Amino acid sequence: MRRATGHRRQATALAALVASVLFMPAATRAQRQGGPPPAARDSAPIDLTGYWVAVITEDWRYRMVTPPKGEFRRVPVTAAALPIINGWDPAADDRAGNQCKSYGAGAIMRVPGRLHVTWEDAGTMRMDVDAGTQTRRFRFTPSAAPAGPPTWQGNSSARWERAPGAAPGGSLHVVTTNVRAGYLRKNGVPYSAQATVTEDFDVATLTGGSQVLLVTTTVDDPVYLARPFIVSSQFRKEPDGSKWDPTPCSSTW
Amino acid sequence: MFIHLVMRRGLVVALLACLLGSARTASAQFELAGSWTPVPTEDVQNDSFPVDYLSLPLTDEGRTRALSYDESQKSMIERQCIHWGAAYTLIGPFGLNIAAEVEPVRGRVVSYTFAAWEDRMSTTIWMDGRPHPSPDDLHTQAGFTTGRWEGNTLLARTTHMKAAWIRKTGVPLSDEAEINWRFYRHGAVLTVLMEVTDPSYLAEPYMISKSFQVSPNPVATQTPCVSTFEGREPGDSVPHFAPDKNPFADEFVKMYNLPREAVLGYPETLYPEYRKRIKDGYQPPPPCKTNCGAALPPAPR
Repeated sequence: MRRATGHRRQATALAALVASVLFMPAATRAQRQGGPPPAARDSAPIDLTGYWVAVITEDWRYRMVTPPKGEFRRVPVTAAALPIINGWDPAADDRAGNQCKSYGAGAIMRVPGRLHVTWEDAGTMRMDVDAGTQTRRFRFTPSAAPAGPPTWQGNSSARWERAPGAAPGGSLHVVTTNVRAGYLRKNGVPYSAQATVTEDFDVATLTGGSQVLLVTTTVDDPVYLARPFIVSSQFRKEPDGSKWDPTPCSSTW
Repeated sequence: MFIHLVMRRGLVVALLACLLGSARTASAQFELAGSWTPVPTEDVQNDSFPVDYLSLPLTDEGRTRALSYDESQKSMIERQCIHWGAAYTLIGPFGLNIAAEVEPVRGRVVSYTFAAWEDRMSTTIWMDGRPHPSPDDLHTQAGFTTGRWEGNTLLARTTHMKAAWIRKTGVPLSDEAEINWRFYRHGAVLTVLMEVTDPSYLAEPYMISKSFQVSPNPVATQTPCVSTFEGREPGDSVPHFAPDKNPFADEFVKMYNLPREAVLGYPETLYPEYRKRIKDGYQPPPPCKTNCGAALPPAPR
């Protein structure tokens, strides 16, 4: 009888263990098993890979066409930005090889175009953008970010924000620094090389099963912004890359 | 017998563990209740010009009805306080004041209520699993909304709205419209994604998002709308335009050299292909002289 009770306890404990392991996040499970945490690619709580098209339902006049020179409504700029805004000269940008100033990390998610998201390796998510033919790399291992001069897309460190407990889902949090000075809008509303771009990527399933990527972007710039510039942009998932159409940067369009 | 007993007990424990797991799922959420100020960096209102349907994927019927709207309708006593539908929660310029109703015994959230504004009714998101009413049931301006948590996202769906507007300039929404909501919180920022479907007036789902920031102070809430006499007697005819004779149809077009089909809300104008199509014909407007924006003093960092 005592032996039977012991067996029962063992079986009960075993069942509880199996169940708890089943409901434990993959990263926790791996660590408890003594192994390294799974790579970012293998432990992704949401799937961002694939082709996404921008749906321009906000700020149409500032995104789909080039707004008038001197207009910066709704951007919380400082007085230091005004000479740049009022002196915007796309021809000078062309001559200086700065055609991509409005395609940098601070603005690229607002540019009408398509995204192609893939995994470059297990710890680096790659985002290609056809408008302006830009490439962003979101590195989940901070030490993997290459040091070097500022670039349009800067250095992006990434981490998954998981839902609490064992709940499914989560989001991608990306912080980008080391950017070249660029434009928040095509008509020369500036951000400086000291800007930090913080982004949160969420995925939603909506009507008819359509997948939508929502990106909340916060640009923080101690030089040209009086307060953080926060915008959110939507992309709808596409079945394939048949509409992928890389175009070069343009200073005027 | 023994084996069965052991298996049964093991099964019960496993089941309990499963339930615990799902209970964690149900309670996985962020704090939604409180005061949220709008982040005024995006143009989601589009109400400065009588005819500005930019970014809307309208059907021909929706466009026709919108063009027939005359803003003078608001001077009619019986129409001054027509409330907006639930979509105005996001399209409007105001913040959110959200209260949670908590069931006292188990401490579960039964509902979230978004406080009203002058021309918007309060919206309640029922979180207790109740079903939506039958299609023929009562329709109200705010509609009927249910919600549930999925991971760290609040999902909600609104049905049973009265016919209303989706833009202040008279762009209509029918009583068959529905709204899908997604609420995401990242730190002090709440981003709300809204998808509106309408078989009558929208050619495809209309989707916008807007961010809010946690406010230490309560945001302004309900100010009841009070009708007053504004020159039109009760029973006067309803001001309107023949859709093809709306005198404001080209005002916005001319102001910014915008393509007419974009201003009139043709669905294809929402996508990058359209931008490529108009590239060669677009003439940039002259430099901005008035109402161009205002520089702000740097905030303390």
